[in-house]
Amino acid sequence: MNLTLKIWRQKNANDKGKMVDYQVSDISPDMSFLEMLDVLNEQLINKGEEPVAFDHDCREGICGMCSLYINGEAHGPDRGVTTCQLHMRMFKDGDTIFIEPFRAKAFPVIKDLVVDRSAFDRIQHAGGFISVNTSGNTIDANAIPVNKHDADDAFSAATCIGCGACVASCKNSSAMLFVGAKVSQFALLPQGQVEATDRVMNMVKQMDEEGFGNCTNTGACEVECPKGISLENIARMNSEYLKASLKG
Amino acid sequence: MSLDSKVPKGPIADKWTNHKNNINLVNPANKRLIDVIVVGTGLAGGSAAATLAELGYNVKAFCFQDSPRRAHSIAAQGGINAAKNYQGDGDSNYRLFYDTVKGGDYRSREANVYRLAEVSANIIDQCVAQGVPFAREYGGLLDNRSFGGVLVSRTFYAAGQTGQQLLLGAYSAMNRQIGRGKIKMYNRHEMLDVVVVDGKARGIITRNLVTGEIERHSAHAVVLGSGGYGNVFFLSTNAMGSNVTAAWKAHKRGAYFANPCYTQIHPTCIPVSGDHQSKLTLMSESLRNDGRIWVPKNIEDVKAIREGRLKPTEIAEENRDYYLERRYPAFGNLVPRDVASRAAKERCDAGYGVNATGEAVYLDFASAITRYGKEQAHVKGLDENDAALVKKLGQEVIKTKYGNLFQMYEKIVDQNPYETPMMIYPAVHYTMGGLWVDYNLQTTVPGLYAIGEANFSDHGANRLGASALMQGLADGYFVLPYTIGDYLADDIRTGPISTESKEFEEAEKNVRERIEFFVNNEGKHSVDYFHKKLGKIMWNKVGMARNVKGLTEAISEIKALREEFWKEVKVPGTANEFNEELAKAGRVADFLELGELFAKDALHREESCGGHFREDFVEESGEQKGEAKRDDENFAYVAAWEYKGQPSEAQLHKEELEFNDIELKQRSYK
Ligand SMILES: Cc1cc2nc3c(=O)[nH]c(=O)nc-3n(C[C@H](O)[C@H](O)[C@H](O)COP(=O)(O)OP(=O)(O)OC[C@H]3O[C@@H](n4cnc5c(N)ncnc54)[C@H](O)[C@@H]3O)c2cc1C
Ligand code: SF4
Ligand code: FES
Repeated sequence: MNLTLKIWRQKNANDKGKMVDYQVSDISPDMSFLEMLDVLNEQLINKGEEPVAFDHDCREGICGMCSLYINGEAHGPDRGVTTCQLHMRMFKDGDTIFIEPFRAKAFPVIKDLVVDRSAFDRIQHAGGFISVNTSGNTIDANAIPVNKHDADDAFSAATCIGCGACVASCKNSSAMLFVGAKVSQFALLPQGQVEATDRVMNMVKQMDEEGFGNCTNTGACEVECPKGISLENIARMNSEYLKASLKG
Repeated sequence: MSLDSKVPKGPIADKWTNHKNNINLVNPANKRLIDVIVVGTGLAGGSAAATLAELGYNVKAFCFQDSPRRAHSIAAQGGINAAKNYQGDGDSNYRLFYDTVKGGDYRSREANVYRLAEVSANIIDQCVAQGVPFAREYGGLLDNRSFGGVLVSRTFYAAGQTGQQLLLGAYSAMNRQIGRGKIKMYNRHEMLDVVVVDGKARGIITRNLVTGEIERHSAHAVVLGSGGYGNVFFLSTNAMGSNVTAAWKAHKRGAYFANPCYTQIHPTCIPVSGDHQSKLTLMSESLRNDGRIWVPKNIEDVKAIREGRLKPTEIAEENRDYYLERRYPAFGNLVPRDVASRAAKERCDAGYGVNATGEAVYLDFASAITRYGKEQAHVKGLDENDAALVKKLGQEVIKTKYGNLFQMYEKIVDQNPYETPMMIYPAVHYTMGGLWVDYNLQTTVPGLYAIGEANFSDHGANRLGASALMQGLADGYFVLPYTIGDYLADDIRTGPISTESKEFEEAEKNVRERIEFFVNNEGKHSVDYFHKKLGKIMWNKVGMARNVKGLTEAISEIKALREEFWKEVKVPGTANEFNEELAKAGRVADFLELGELFAKDALHREESCGGHFREDFVEESGEQKGEAKRDDENFAYVAAWEYKGQPSEAQLHKEELEFNDIELKQRSYK
């Protein structure tokens, strides 16, 4: 396949940035999207130009590092996958592909397609944990049975990879799906109950301070989320928040 | 220097308890005066950083990704072992210990492995308390599955995302300490040297990967949890950034590197599809609980499949060769990884590989789908003879167990594994070798510790499935935080370590010079060009089957490639910005040195053991004909290499392994 790529280039956080056109040829449909970018970068390096910077590590959809906005969609046109799992068979010979970073006020661009998502970490510092010491002096793992249904739901919420596609897809740049997933994981488990009130209040407060927008129930986040994190998690967080607010 | 493993005296079951009772402790008030650097935030580094901070030490933690949560441990799929015996199938600490030593082909240190088994159960308690959502049964208790090389079900799991869930647990423990100010986290920072002052590790030099700034960080001790070096093969199941740099710099500063040639080639990975490939994807070993491995019995069928005239589902049962079940009836599809990988290679070398490249075998779920489907139909009171219904119900069960793996497979290969068998082939996955450490997990440099995959300690010449996660968390939560106190007890009056010493100066200067070289060198080839070449040499000559000729050639080829690299490498951009090519150049430079030591170690070890298979050392006759031939008389030792300026000049030190609690036997899975 031969393709035209229109890629966001931005030298650093202070640079204005612009879209630049590139051509790549002989792209195999079996390549992953990032392998296609590897081909482009090898080409640029050999010509003495600077390669396109993008984040990636595991290249199998689990680390949450990759983060491209492709043809107007976070992680591109396929569903239930990250950018690194997107394959070129989703495109046709002659296509033009637009590649941009995940955009949000809370995710400033570092360079080209690389953004700073440390706001997500800071929300977790505020309450994304259970305060149990790691000494191992705790009760036996089977001492508290957990309803399988709840355990499975907690697991589903916990599969969020922290990629930020939900934020990038949302017209308000809201982080509710990400935060809702973490709050839900703990809310569904007996171990998480003790600190439930503080947790949801602190995480929401931090989320607001980071400059993420409000949720207006558009649902774009759920559509673009590569891990199928559902809107139920936002509803659960809202009810946890309400409960916590009533307690004061 | 002679190697002192510092294994405590006494019966094996009492060693750890006695040791903990006898080592020095640092009182809580004094811990506040002590700084510890932890490089790496995977299961090992993350759990260590959290625990050290919780104990009261001031921790500085480093990772090269943009968040600690993205360390490569996140990708672990199948599960974590623990001797809980929840299934009541006869498991015990001793059995886990025995399985691990045997699985490692009798090349690990007994005392360390026993301790690992001993603390394993507690890991599960700890993780559940942190909110790790392990898989459960309908009664609400934890579920288990089986992994290779064992006859019990002791593996805890969270679908195909066990590593993710465990790492998020450790990350949450870190977050709590970051929030309290006890851990200072440095994301997107790469460690480029260890600083040794008066014979003790006292700090590191890092590069800020966003700004390019070179920084000095000091501490009373340095802990490396920087992961494995499988990417020396270029293609592996490791993440793109996984590297040996931290461990290699430590090696150059005096830490011995142990058993570099012990590498695990995992039997079930998605086969290579073309030259563009940047990495390989694992299909978890847990799939061998339900998948059966086979190739066609008849070579005509193989041809027809390759030409697309025949589908695997059309081959009748009697025309399939379930070669693992045939060769190893006792363990069948659940033989250890090294054995399963060699068996796949044997069939493919004989011409029975089932894809265009001839390097693939089938992993088939059809019988499991039928078995589960019938069971479900029975439970639900439906018709067990309705084939379509049974298939549908069976596929649903498989989906809950391995859904994400099946999805990954389908996205990459573009075939539906619920309908047709998966194609798999062995790939580089894990490195048992690593920095030599004593029982306290201290390297040969005082104050420098290595944990997790970065050390060599527990898996001998072959690691059993689901044991790396166990080891990482054991080291980080339960072992290192105690043993490091013994060393730090002498530092309570030292005061903060200055970064103004000549040692810091010299280390920083070296780092800067190397970076300047890279960005100014007017070479012809990209970093990847060299990395791919190195990978080819490693795979072809230092891979699954090794011999004297290949290894000797590999050594000289790697040396030549290294020389070419230093002349011809081309790194675009500047030093003072986000520059991934520059980071990669440093990593590949270190791989080019490690690769040579790796081959040298493989050449010197004149036996076959675990993942190290020498074609010149195989059983010639008897029941075990064709299996690996170990030489306990001459090689029952850890090979610890000391850096002497060049990999070729590395000096060998031997730690003789003593087996008091387990009888040295030939490994048999027949
Ligand atoms: C695909 C896959 C599946 C697996 N599945 C299983 C399984 O089911 N069960 C099991 O037991 N094991 C499994 N393993 C093995 C296991 O995941 C790893 O051995 C283990 O997670 C390693 O953990 P670690 O903490 O030692 O290192 P890692 O998780 O690799 O962490 C390394 C850390 O070091 C940092 N780092 C490295 N170099 C530097 C540097 N120079 N400067 C700064 N930071 C640095 C990184 O940023 C990272 O934070 C699997 C491995 C793979 C590849
Ligand atoms: S909720 Fe989905 S889209 Fe948002 S960070 Fe998590 S995995 Fe990514
Ligand atoms: S690179 Fe890890 S999720 Fe894409």
